Amino acid sequence: MTLLTDDQKMLQETAASFLAEEGSIGKQLRHWREIGCTDGFGHDLWKQFAELGLTGICIPESHGGLGLGATEAALVLEEIGRNLTPSPFLTTAVAGARAIEGTAHADRWFPEILSGEAVLALAVEEGPRHAPDRTALEAKRQGNGFVLNGAKQFVVQGGSADMIVTAARTAGAPGERDGITLFAIPKATSGLNTDSQSLVDSSKAARLTFDNVSVDADAVIGEVDAGWGPLSRALSAGGAGAAAELVGVASGASAMILDYLRQRKQFGKLIGEFQALQHRAAHLYSEIEIARAAAFKAAQALDSSDERAELHVSVAKAKAADVAGLAVREGVQMHGGIGMTDEHDIGLFMKREAVLGELFGDVYYHRNRVAELSGY
Amino acid sequence: MTDLETFRTETRAWLEANCPAEMRQPMRSEADACWGGRNWTFQSDAQRQWLEAMAGRGWTVPDWPKDYGGGGLSPAEARVLKEEMARIGARPPLTSFGISMLGPALLQFGTEEQKKHYLGQIARGEIRWCQGYSEPGAGSDLAGLQTKAEDKGDHWLVNGQKVWTSYADKADWIFCLVRTSSESKQGGISFLLFDMETPGVSTKPILLISGSSPFCETFFDDVKVPKEQIVGEVNKGWDVAKYLLGHEREMIAGMGLGAGGSSVTLGPVTRPTDPLLRAEIAAFDVDALAFAAMSERFAAMWKAGEAHPASPSMMKYAGTELNKRRNELMMAAGGSDALEWDSERSRKGATPRSWLRSKGNSIEGGTSEIQLNIVAKHILRLPGA
Repeated sequence: MTLLTDDQKMLQETAASFLAEEGSIGKQLRHWREIGCTDGFGHDLWKQFAELGLTGICIPESHGGLGLGATEAALVLEEIGRNLTPSPFLTTAVAGARAIEGTAHADRWFPEILSGEAVLALAVEEGPRHAPDRTALEAKRQGNGFVLNGAKQFVVQGGSADMIVTAARTAGAPGERDGITLFAIPKATSGLNTDSQSLVDSSKAARLTFDNVSVDADAVIGEVDAGWGPLSRALSAGGAGAAAELVGVASGASAMILDYLRQRKQFGKLIGEFQALQHRAAHLYSEIEIARAAAFKAAQALDSSDERAELHVSVAKAKAADVAGLAVREGVQMHGGIGMTDEHDIGLFMKREAVLGELFGDVYYHRNRVAELSGY
Repeated sequence: MTDLETFRTETRAWLEANCPAEMRQPMRSEADACWGGRNWTFQSDAQRQWLEAMAGRGWTVPDWPKDYGGGGLSPAEARVLKEEMARIGARPPLTSFGISMLGPALLQFGTEEQKKHYLGQIARGEIRWCQGYSEPGAGSDLAGLQTKAEDKGDHWLVNGQKVWTSYADKADWIFCLVRTSSESKQGGISFLLFDMETPGVSTKPILLISGSSPFCETFFDDVKVPKEQIVGEVNKGWDVAKYLLGHEREMIAGMGLGAGGSSVTLGPVTRPTDPLLRAEIAAFDVDALAFAAMSERFAAMWKAGEAHPASPSMMKYAGTELNKRRNELMMAAGGSDALEWDSERSRKGATPRSWLRSKGNSIEGGTSEIQLNIVAKHILRLPGA
């Protein structure tokens, strides 16, 4: 594993100071939650991402982006996780951009992603659990195009998206990878019903119903029946990115724990003096370091087109979700009563972890993938 | 061609010509290791040839300076050598506490004379060393050790007892922590080197639950040690000991958990059919692969000087706890096959013996609880830790 280059360290510092300042819990998450924002994030902040070039982090330089990779995206996402910053960065700049790169849709959408105007969403899930190969939403050929019928759920920021990358079945049966086709569906397409819901962490995800939605053939991303390629690229980028964001969530929760252990007094002592808590904090530290290493390993594997990249992504997502889960549970418990209050931020970490843990496949999905990819 | 590429080409050719076929077979157990020393009986001519060939180039300790018997290789060259050895499956030519523990401490704290004398012997596999640290009354609280060394003018007079001395019954020399002052706990400890054949030294192997005896009790009864056989200053031995423990933890953390990935996972080995066991093993494999990534990252950070000085404690903690879990799952996957103790079919109970032996991993070299204390104090800087 290679360590960060000087350029990567600079990017990390830029992202860290930008998100700590502009993306803080007070300025973003709590603010949008309190005013009941329907997007769940601020478009002004998304514009600021664009001004720093971050919306184009994975967009090739030939399209005006930074032309960087999963490693750089991970650096930004760890800071996003640490600050619980609501933004379309993961779905739009990472997973969405990867889904359409190298296709005609890149020419259409990359400029607006670069300028911080467009938001993309991914419509993959059709049940409560991640199962991309189970895609059943029907896309039937009709004339020069397709007609889509079916439903999607857990479409993160689906209500705010200008375009929804939608996985549909054009051949084969659910459970088969062949026969899936990706479509670029612009918002407000006739027959597309969007029901946006608040999730546990105040982020927004939509349930979509496709009722005879007609699209032209040029809505297809890549090749008909061969959507698995771009879809798995997007899911890998998203999974590795979510792992990095989870490492940030874990680090943020851990920092709050350590602060609290150093200031809260009971029995005339700082509670951080109690070995029962010291050992739990030290174990958590160790686990977070390991999760971060796994997240970097996955990102570097994607960036170097390692043939085992998919395995490393599943290891990273499973490990990071596991560890972030531990961090937020320890966070609430070690804060005692105050940790149960809405006023305290530690509970926000627990809520965010629940959503990120599910996104692009939960711990069980990815452990199973590790087993399958290892031949058992 | 760059210098490094030239080095790789030459190294590959030399290894092809000099590494005997037998030394390219995977080691079946610890018993296949070459420990060297005055009383070493080589298992085969191949083992002897391989040690002599490698020692001749200083490649038993490739990154030590040539003056001290090393290969004088740059970190990049040493890495190439390691990669080329891995490529053909070459066994380590020499396994020794001299290389992994005493050597680094001598390089840091030894006098020029000590380095020349002892390091060369280590590099050539001539002297087998053991470590005299723990005592019956000083385990986790190591600095509470009581083995006494009195200054008798021209020599130290050592009296006391050590315990958990690895392979003391097979070692030629010992590096040993002794008390030279009772005025300060940590500041009254010195680091001595002496021959295990010195009159007054005796050892007694300890039979472990695994059925093996890798450790001994070691007794010192009026043992005379020449004055110059001290490393570092009198009463400054704790600094040497701490430095060396860092190396030990690093080594233990990396044991059997290389960066390769395939050998650390259990699923491909056990092929579990029970769905609940499969789930447990998959969870373990995620942790094992994540730890393999951590090992890679730790090694890179350590080399670059970016790792926290206390981070080997975290690696030791995580690595040994993982290894215990690995052995638990091997037992579960083996079912009743994994209970046989002596049979040929079970390779003389390899699975249960390894399982029982692994329980010591989180005790030796500082218990898991001690490692967590160190992380809490030195990395997390928690109050009162």
